Amino acid sequence: MKPAIVLALLACLFPLAMQAMDQDFYISFATRVLIYAMAAASLNLVLGYGGMVSFGHAAFFGAGAYIVGILAVEGVSSAWLAWPAAVGVAALAALAIGAVSLRTRGVYFIMITLAFAQMMYYVFVSLKAYGGDDGVALPGRSSGFGVDLRGDLAWYYLVLALLGGVLYLLHRLVHSRFGRVIEAIRENETRAAAIGYPVYRYKLLCFVISGAIAGLAGALIANQSVYVSPSLLHWIQSGTLMIMVILGGVGRFWGGPLGAVLLLTLEETLSGTQMLGPYSMHWQLAVGAILLAVVLFAPQGIAGLIARRRGA
Amino acid sequence: MSWILFLEQLLNGLQFGLMLFLLAAGLTLVFGIMDMINLAHGSLYMIGAYLMASFAQATGSFWAALPLALAATALVGAALEVSVLRRLYERDHLAQVLATFAIILIANELVRLIWGSQPIMLNAPAGLTGPVELPGGVQYASYRLVIIGVGSAVALLLYVLVTRTRVGMLVRAGASNREMAVAMGVDIRRLFTGVFALGAALCALAGAMLGPILAVQVGMGENILILAFVVIVIGGIGSIRGALVGALLVGLVDTMGRSLLPIAFALIFRPQVASNLGPSVSSILIYVLMAAVLFLRPQGLFPARG
Repeated sequence: MKPAIVLALLACLFPLAMQAMDQDFYISFATRVLIYAMAAASLNLVLGYGGMVSFGHAAFFGAGAYIVGILAVEGVSSAWLAWPAAVGVAALAALAIGAVSLRTRGVYFIMITLAFAQMMYYVFVSLKAYGGDDGVALPGRSSGFGVDLRGDLAWYYLVLALLGGVLYLLHRLVHSRFGRVIEAIRENETRAAAIGYPVYRYKLLCFVISGAIAGLAGALIANQSVYVSPSLLHWIQSGTLMIMVILGGVGRFWGGPLGAVLLLTLEETLSGTQMLGPYSMHWQLAVGAILLAVVLFAPQGIAGLIARRRGA
Repeated sequence: MSWILFLEQLLNGLQFGLMLFLLAAGLTLVFGIMDMINLAHGSLYMIGAYLMASFAQATGSFWAALPLALAATALVGAALEVSVLRRLYERDHLAQVLATFAIILIANELVRLIWGSQPIMLNAPAGLTGPVELPGGVQYASYRLVIIGVGSAVALLLYVLVTRTRVGMLVRAGASNREMAVAMGVDIRRLFTGVFALGAALCALAGAMLGPILAVQVGMGENILILAFVVIVIGGIGSIRGALVGALLVGLVDTMGRSLLPIAFALIFRPQVASNLGPSVSSILIYVLMAAVLFLRPQGLFPARG
């Protein structure tokens, strides 16, 4: 766990350094990265450890965000009420979607999770009372925790603490008996069933836990941007989360967070005018080229690349 | 509900379904033969529409531009297959998703670089801009009828190509059991480049025909791509027949649902409820259809692998 302590220290010091350099913008950017790191880590649990290629993870992320958004618009701003509600609804959605989807295999699982996410997307698009297509602005951030969360610094540390908690839980989870069984099912489902594990229930539980964490990340992103819109549930968003995990390293513990940091930093750097000058509006071209290069030349993701260097 | 509206929506559904089939046909063959998830299929549709708009402007004629756009997009498709996609066949689905997602980003930006960010105009061919009267007294846009005609003709051609010719036999052999086809001496690499180019040309045809109805713009491929995936999953991956049935099913259900459900709801619910419920239920209808098909027949309606 030594690298984790170093990382945690760096993450704690980062906003102070930025404040000292008068670059407050990057504190808000870093908060967004931490939130996406949580979402990507949750996807990595089903995708990497469980071997379930969910192409609809944005459904849970977006559902969590919308619950916080809708409650805030209706006047419930307490984080102690709204956030557990977001996590609960996301977990319930994952339970319902997982219960049906997990009966299919392989490519069909990818497509059915996508179908359910698209259904949720259109449900939120049709919520005219909450902005429909355009989404809705929140009156403000959730309240609670005894600190004023409107300040970027306090907000950053709260998100960091939550991410730390989630990663700790995930670490315990994947190294527990449950985690081993999930990996065994990924490697050979028939054998795991033959040994006597209730495969379907294990997979469903894994899917629900992952959905719940994505819901928490969603609740945070709603607070981060003080705005929710259906684009949070669009399939491109599911794709982006998947790209983060694949980029970082599928089934490697730090894969999700690493991918989130890499992808968002890459976007941020390339979309600024310093790097590409007048061509910065075409930054997606560079992102695409880099992603393509990663697939072709770093098959195990960046975490895999680092692990290989270390091993050599 | 009037008979005329019903007929009109039926034709619209048929027209949309046939265009979806053009997209789904290439996608299902690529998916079926090489077991390759190609998210960039929608980009070929976009590129086809843009090339069509440019050629139409250069030549001044819709029908002269069409074969040029088809050929050019087929070339783009073949080049893409030879340069990048070929390396991905042996990789897992995740690598394919990441790579083809990257290609979407690249294609979108290249199109923006070349044609700009604003949607561009593509006019319907001269003489086909007005409505015609069908038997039964229905006024219907003549251009949409042409789309139905072209779509049906191509669907028929494709069906004959796949089920009645030697090339089609090789394609079906590849889809049903790739290893066996290779063992029997089929040059699957060359076959596949050909299939991919054909798929790209079909994408371009759909993009060119739909261009005058929908806007030719960056991102036009992303939403229709998901519909094409829905089609091939419903139909059974790798099956041309399944793609046709699935496309017509999705086209009809989506179009009819959008126009008829709100009317049906208005009869049952209060107006306020109906106006909210109608659009949301009709837009999720095809996904409900897909989930139901997968739940009941996990391999789709017409499984290609025996």
